[in-house]
Formats: sequence, C-alpha cells, structure tokens
Amino acid sequence: MHVWIKPAGVWIALLALLAATIGAAHAELGALSIALNLLIAGICIGLIGILFMNLARSSVLIRLAAASGLFWLLFLFVMTAGDYLSR
Amino acid sequence: MTDASALIREPWEDFARQKEGVSFGFWIFIASEVMFFGGLFFAFAVDRYLHTQAFRIGLQHTDLTYGTINTALLMSSSFFMTAVVRGAPAGLRRTTVFGLAVCAALGVGFLITKGIEYHDDISKGLIPGAGFPLRPDATQLFFGFYWIMTGVHAIHLFVGICLVLLIETLIVLRRLPLQSPTIEIIGLYWHFVDIIWMILFPILYLLGRWP
Repeated sequence: MHVWIKPAGVWIALLALLAATIGAAHAELGALSIALNLLIAGICIGLIGILFMNLARSSVLIRLAAASGLFWLLFLFVMTAGDYLSR
Repeated sequence: MTDASALIREPWEDFARQKEGVSFGFWIFIASEVMFFGGLFFAFAVDRYLHTQAFRIGLQHTDLTYGTINTALLMSSSFFMTAVVRGAPAGLRRTTVFGLAVCAALGVGFLITKGIEYHDDISKGLIPGAGFPLRPDATQLFFGFYWIMTGVHAIHLFVGICLVLLIETLIVLRRLPLQSPTIEIIGLYWHFVDIIWMILFPILYLLGRWP
C-alpha cells in the first residue's frame, strides 16, 4: 500500500494545480495570468522531477546530470535572447 | 532470478553501481532531450514575442477541453508509473503489472484524445498553407509550432507506450526480474514525456486565452 500513498498526494496536488492554472488563465489578469500559468507549470515540473523522478533521493552524480541539461539550456536561452532582445 | 547478482552485466562488479550507471546514462539522454525540446520552446518564445497578437489568436483556436483532459491523463499516468517504479524493486509483482497496464491505457487514452483533436483541427482547416482560415498570417506560425511540438511529443509518448507494453510482457512472462534497472529508466522516460506536456499545455492552450 505504501507505494501508492505518497505519490497519491503528489497526484492530487498536480490535479489541483491543473485546476488552478486554468482558473488563473480564466481570471483575465492580463500579464499576471501568463506569469501564473508559467509559474504553475514550473511547480508541476518540479513536483514530477523531484518527487516522481526521485531526484530528492538521488545521488549527487544523478542530480548533476539532471541539472546539466538545464544548465546548457540556460546558455541556449541567454545567448539567443541576448541577440533578439538587443536588436 | 530475483537475486541481485543475477542482474549484474559487464562491466560492473556491483549491482548498486550498475543501477547508478544506468540512471546516470539515462539522465544524460534526458539532458539531450531537454536541449532538443528547449530549442523548439525557445523558437516558440521568440516568435511569440515578435507576433504576440497573432499567437494569441492562434491559441484561442486550440481546444482547451481536449488539452485539459490530456493533461489530467498524463498526470495520472505519472502517478501510476511512480507506484510501479517504487513497487517493482520491493518485489510487488501485482502492483507492477497493474500499474504498467494502467499507464499504457492512460497513454493510449491520451493519443486517442489527441487524434480526435487533430481530426477537429484538420476539419477546421488549421494547417499552415494556402487557404489558412485565420488572420494575420503569423497565426500560421503558431499552428506550425502546434503541429510540430504536439506531433513530436505524441511520437515520444507512442515510444513510451511501446516500451511499457514491452516490459509488461517480459515481466508477465517472468523474463524480466522486478529488480531490473530497466523498469526505473522507463519510468524516468515516461515522467520526462509528461514534463514536456506540462510546458506544451500552457503555451499552446492557456497563455492569453482570455486577454
């Protein structure tokens, strides 16, 4: 049973976040709606990555490998944005 | 077969290290996938920045109902996959077999819903090219991204369903021990495909839908 209980809490949180993000979009808050949608997407990804993919209890090597993807993505984003936003 | 020593493969001498190596290798693969999808997401962000209004009009023509159903299906499938990945090493055969079956079913449910949505999109003529129904022209860019990103995601999910059904079969036939690291990395892949959708859902269905 124990393998179901903890993930069930995350599952319920994810579904609640899904309702919250649609609510945030529907609330017509303009730019704040967009910020909330992206923030909630980030929280969902964090929950799945850290708890479902078990990064919370992984070794340092595994966490570094996971972080390296985001680190290189940061290079891609910063350098491309540096071009487009400064034109 | 449940003995850890029977699961050791070259070049490892220790099962714990082998598991760590398998996870490490798979996270490197996920990092490469992050770069692949990251490029698409950033191209989308740049074009949305350049054509904000057109992208908003495009987004208002995607179907939020299908998108929401599919998000809930994938979130639920990830829950079942987590129970599988935690139950399998503990030797919980029924949990593993049941969880994988539900996962595959939810994945198929996603693809069926997506197929119905694609059918609706096609019947509305929302394919970039001559005779595209929306204006301004940059709405075609939005739908170009829509088709490519959801299409590539669906292909990933299809591969995931095949992998889940493969290990399900091997486990039922007792050809794959429950302690095998293979189960864990297929779980990682499944969750990663879910994460990609967690980004696609807001950018294709929500951002600025009700301005």
